[in-house]
Amino acid sequence: MKKLAITLVVNDTEYELLVAPNRTLAQVLREDLGLTGTKQGCQVGDCGSCTVLLDDEPVNSCLVLAVQVSGRRVRTIEGVADGNRLHPIQEAMVEHGAIQCGFCTPGMILSAKSLLEKNPAPSTGDIRQALSGNLCRCTGYQKIVEAVADASQKMGRA
Amino acid sequence: MGAKYDVIGGRARRVDAVDKATGKALYAEDLRFVGELHGALLQSPLPHARVLNIDTSRALKLPGVKAVITHKDVPATRYGVSPARYDENVFAIDRVRYVGDEVAAVAAVDLETALEAIELIKVDYEPLPHVLTVEQALAPGAPQLHGEYPGNLCAEVHQEFGDLAAGFAQCDLIHEHKFVNKRQDGGFIEPQHSIAVYDHTGQLTLYSSTQVPHYVQRTLSMVTGVPIGKVRVVKPYVGGGFGPKAEANPLDLCASFLAMRTGKPVRMGYTRAQVFLHSRARHQFFHTMKTGFKKDGTIVALDHQCYLEGGAYSSFGIATVYYAGSLLGGPYRMPHMRYDGYRVYTNKPACGAQRGHGCVAARACFEQQLDIVAKDLGLDPIAMRLKNIMENGDVTCNHMSMSSLGMRECIEAVQTGSGWQEKRGKLAKGRGIGMATGFFVSGAGYPIYRSDTFHCTVTIKVQEDGGTVLVKTGAAEIGQGTETAMAMIAAEAIGIPLEAVRLQSGDTDYGVDLGAYSSRTTLMTGHATKEAGLAVKEKVLTALAQELGIGRERLDLKRGLVEISGEPVDFSAIRTKYIKEHRGWTDHPSGGQLTFTEAARVAFLKHGTIIGTGKYKPPVLGGQHKGAAVGTSPAYGCSAQVAEVSVDLETGQIKVERVTDAHDCGQAINLTQVEGQMEGSVSMGLGEAMFEEVKFDKDGRVLNPSLGEYHIPTVLDMPEMKCIVVETGEPNGHFAAKEVGEGAIMPTLPAILNAVHDAIGVAIDELPLTPERVLKALAQAKKG
Repeated sequence: MKKLAITLVVNDTEYELLVAPNRTLAQVLREDLGLTGTKQGCQVGDCGSCTVLLDDEPVNSCLVLAVQVSGRRVRTIEGVADGNRLHPIQEAMVEHGAIQCGFCTPGMILSAKSLLEKNPAPSTGDIRQALSGNLCRCTGYQKIVEAVADASQKMGRA
Repeated sequence: MGAKYDVIGGRARRVDAVDKATGKALYAEDLRFVGELHGALLQSPLPHARVLNIDTSRALKLPGVKAVITHKDVPATRYGVSPARYDENVFAIDRVRYVGDEVAAVAAVDLETALEAIELIKVDYEPLPHVLTVEQALAPGAPQLHGEYPGNLCAEVHQEFGDLAAGFAQCDLIHEHKFVNKRQDGGFIEPQHSIAVYDHTGQLTLYSSTQVPHYVQRTLSMVTGVPIGKVRVVKPYVGGGFGPKAEANPLDLCASFLAMRTGKPVRMGYTRAQVFLHSRARHQFFHTMKTGFKKDGTIVALDHQCYLEGGAYSSFGIATVYYAGSLLGGPYRMPHMRYDGYRVYTNKPACGAQRGHGCVAARACFEQQLDIVAKDLGLDPIAMRLKNIMENGDVTCNHMSMSSLGMRECIEAVQTGSGWQEKRGKLAKGRGIGMATGFFVSGAGYPIYRSDTFHCTVTIKVQEDGGTVLVKTGAAEIGQGTETAMAMIAAEAIGIPLEAVRLQSGDTDYGVDLGAYSSRTTLMTGHATKEAGLAVKEKVLTALAQELGIGRERLDLKRGLVEISGEPVDFSAIRTKYIKEHRGWTDHPSGGQLTFTEAARVAFLKHGTIIGTGKYKPPVLGGQHKGAAVGTSPAYGCSAQVAEVSVDLETGQIKVERVTDAHDCGQAINLTQVEGQMEGSVSMGLGEAMFEEVKFDKDGRVLNPSLGEYHIPTVLDMPEMKCIVVETGEPNGHFAAKEVGEGAIMPTLPAILNAVHDAIGVAIDELPLTPERVLKALAQAKKG
């Protein structure tokens, strides 16, 4: 399959890549850029583990072809913390015990980040709605919802 | 409580949390090896067929293909979970037994090529008649799956304890109840993935998303013929397991054979659909329970029969069929019990162990029956349970010893915590409240293979320059928090802060550990970790006492500082020496107490590297009857839950509104993690109660092999959960701790079922609780 030249701005760095048109954004992030923090639990858009932000909107990167998003901005879990300083959502997830196996965590954090950027003071219902596309089998979600609520409060105060 | 321990019992952050929150944690699929090949599997499209011929010639000619292997290329050694039922081969030899059975594997330069090669393998099948249900499998003249297990009976159990006939003769009421659940899927978010590396010295290293590196190591050695000393299994971070990852899988074996054949690293992963085909998850159970009571609610006798639809191979099934009966021996006093269990082969993916192994449907059936009988006898369901409940020191009729059992405390906690008295019998139409209890082992009393092996060994090395220790354990962190718990136990045992402990786990090179199943790690690996920690402390303080010229008994370690009892001791020489050794450093020890760092350095300078080791195996437990090994454990964790539901009487839609959950874990090592296990258990139980069901078509194909069509709970399905941690102290646990990972799921199904019964007046005896099933039950009740 003939490869096409694309440009991706991932975590504020611009990459020029040659990719086959059938490859997904998730595959390119993981395999070409080595950003394995983006997880793949189903590859068909059911589980939300591969959630990344595309121009600040959460998308299942397994359902996006890399060539479709040439020129656009992508944020992955590797681009959420500021160096060694965790983002308040990451900090809250760690603090509240919202992480068990951790496989859903990157996608969960990016969905939460998108929510809090749009809605800095979400209700519990808003948080549940925003995370409803991210499956977690370990936690029962309660500590995740608590963590996002706590992060929104801390970010509001900052 | 805070004063009792310095590290455990608190809410320390998980040691792996930051790596997981930042995307740095590596899972099997994230690992990369130079020159690696990609493998793919050819799986049977038919539920039952004779394999007449396999032609791999076209696949081998495809450019980029490095190896194609079938049964002809691997030993015919059979394997499985239980040595008593090794019934699997790496590849089908002459017969495939379910849609998904492995026929061949390919290694190629990339996944696309490997998948294309799979398409080019031509298999001639002669279809055979198949059986998909217990009834079909047991029918006279039914097609047989395994010649050596006639009648499609994989395993049967017949046990009687007490005197059933005499028991029933004393009863005022004998009630019969039937219950059936559905096949559940593990639903872990990370599909299995394996990478095998075979080097020129003949060492095989497998990186696998497994719960049980030790058992995978043994199976790999047995099947490949590579000496066990040259097989190393490494478990990177694992994205959930819950039971189905507790055995060597076809990816582990095929990747190993392909790596040995090609000399290149080979990776293989399941798609989500293949996760459903591999299954090894919850069986379907058909329970019939005839239970005898006195009119005051005393439970006297149970006559119990269960059929398990097992799929094409045994997997954990022998243990499952025993578990389905044995854990009804408690937590209520019951002097007489008979159990007849049958696990049946069918032409479907094999079922295995899943959270609450073998016991979840049995518990649901029994607890639902208790509620029905309580109603018939005019008793409050909680009062009836409290009347029968076991206490510390009770022994079940099948010889399980409740060395600690805070069941009464749990029941009372959820009774108060849920506002039971104000709600039961006083809720609006369509609303209901129900409760149930349950318990589970804190580790199987025996390994899966017969052996006097230690169940775990732990090594703690003091870093030569002092200050930190390195804990090495083969235990499997799969999300449940083992690494954090073991680091906390090590810190507590030595008397140093958690930050001074580094930990490496999940590697067979670190010692024996049977792995993450049967809720064993906190109690068992915890014992070994504590023993290793105490050994380190003893060595360090003995060396220090010699150096100071005082008795060892005058020294202790607390929070990283040396405590010296009695007369003040001049330790300035030690400090001066340490500081001289670290000229230029900026973190010199200071203050009025010697530090662990200085003490550990003294010990190193005297003796070289300081290492402490620990080990654990349970004492001889349980009865002498056949199957006594299943269900015996050094300790039992127990739970009570109250569920509150609303039922839309027009549509049959149920919403679980609230769950109040209490669990006795003996002593929490990490409170946050205990709650995490409790909340996760409620979630998995709620899914099974409400909507989870793996469905098949008439040709044995899974109809819903995706997380879109097979619904596991989302955040929108989950109720508000209130978790109450009960700590009664377990005499057989190190630091008094016992399990939480599986006991906590036991009451969830029946608590929801009993709440629905309370809401609509009808007990529904089949899962899941779909709107259709609820409406049918309502219509039937109306007809009377």
